[in-house]
Amino acid sequence: MVGPCVYKAIKSIGFACHPVFIFKKKCYFYLQMKFVDNHSLKLVTMTKYLLRLSLLQLLAVFVAVGTFSGCKSEKEQKKNDDIVQVDSIGIDEQLIKDVRTVKEIFYSLPSPLETAMILKQAGAQYNEELLNPVDKTTGYVTNRSMALNLGIYTTDLSYASLFDQTQATIQYMDAAKKMADGLGVLNAIDDQVIERLEANINNRDVIMDIISETIMTSSSFFEENDRQAMSAIVLVGGWVEGLHIAASLVDPEAELSENELVSRVVDQKMTLNTVLKLLERNKQNEDVQEILTDMHELEKIYNKIEVTSSKIETVTDEETNVTTLRSQKKTSMSKDTFMELTEQIKVIRDNFTL
Amino acid sequence: MKKLFPALIVFTLFLALPQLSQAQCKSFAKKVCKLELAPYIHDGNYNAAILTEGEDAELYKTFYAHQQYRIYICSSESLPDIEFQVLDVNRNILYDNRKNDLSKIWDFELESSQQLIISLRVKNSEGTSEELVSGCVAIMFGLKED
Repeated sequence: MVGPCVYKAIKSIGFACHPVFIFKKKCYFYLQMKFVDNHSLKLVTMTKYLLRLSLLQLLAVFVAVGTFSGCKSEKEQKKNDDIVQVDSIGIDEQLIKDVRTVKEIFYSLPSPLETAMILKQAGAQYNEELLNPVDKTTGYVTNRSMALNLGIYTTDLSYASLFDQTQATIQYMDAAKKMADGLGVLNAIDDQVIERLEANINNRDVIMDIISETIMTSSSFFEENDRQAMSAIVLVGGWVEGLHIAASLVDPEAELSENELVSRVVDQKMTLNTVLKLLERNKQNEDVQEILTDMHELEKIYNKIEVTSSKIETVTDEETNVTTLRSQKKTSMSKDTFMELTEQIKVIRDNFTL
Repeated sequence: MKKLFPALIVFTLFLALPQLSQAQCKSFAKKVCKLELAPYIHDGNYNAAILTEGEDAELYKTFYAHQQYRIYICSSESLPDIEFQVLDVNRNILYDNRKNDLSKIWDFELESSQQLIISLRVKNSEGTSEELVSGCVAIMFGLKED
């Protein structure tokens, strides 16, 4: 176990420090850190530092770095392997080979804003009774419940704002703020955001921009702070809320085949695959494991629905430069299956908002 | 002990580097990339990483029927060009920016919802430089209301 860790530490130090040479039993490092300047986007050198260590000290640094940095969980190790931390690095043949085999994979779920837009696009109406009441915020004290309900309240916020529900928009922004504060998300929703929201409450474009920025601040905060599991839980909370709103708005007496909202609920069969992959990636977290079990229950019902798609053809409008992806889908689903799905969504959502 | 102090500084800097890079990436995505999505609204999701030339990345996402989307591949100026393709689940190519002057933007809508794969690769630098260049790459999605 120690061997690979020390090797990894040596390899990582090689990324940050170059060149290194040994003279009279002393190791010399020339540390050069380069950053991208946010304004000019040019590479700038921030620090140069000459360091001299004895071989014993060098060994101590390698062991320390290996212990604290190299011996993390398997997932963290993979992540560190995937990310090169400096903008310009010294190279050798083996390093080039290593870098070229690295691949970053993202599993992207619909954001709360996208979920709300899809609902509206599919003909949903506004129904405040379907939302999670804002007075329940004080009951959410665990990381799991706060993360789930940050997603849920952000979806409710997006849904309310798209239907120009000004009072509800402010209330749900405040509820989302409480969840973000509880999770320690710095500056996701500060007082200035609330003030800006109130000042522009009748300007939907500005409100959408505020919501989009709020979502990005919290998701990037979790990524930056190695809390990918929390990020996944927030997204799943928001996704389930969208599913709950869509399924609840379907008239039980309506013909399923012609209903756009039903189509969007069925479409989530594809998204569920992404949800499962995202959760699997974070399943070392106990809260994620619990949610994964819920999602597998949902999967069992979705597996009863058959969806086939024709080959996708692309047609580009020369004037607007917008490409349309043309394809036809066929869905085979009984009414009982849809009712079963609706019931399971309700069970999971009630569990999330307890 | 005196001589161990510089070693501790290096150690601390080493541990802080990933977070510094990620913070820069977030700031870059927020301040630079978001602006390019207009008039589309950014969906709010953060899909960004530090990539090195020659390195590739893939993103899996469901896109919904009748919704208008903009994909914008945003990268640091220090990086070489980015090649990107949009593929269906069977990896048939639906869009390839190499056939469109390496455009970083693609606008599209769908007749029926589909799961698609965004596959990108940072090209290798031209010339015989002995340094590999790394930088932030963000995959941004914009949405448009009808």
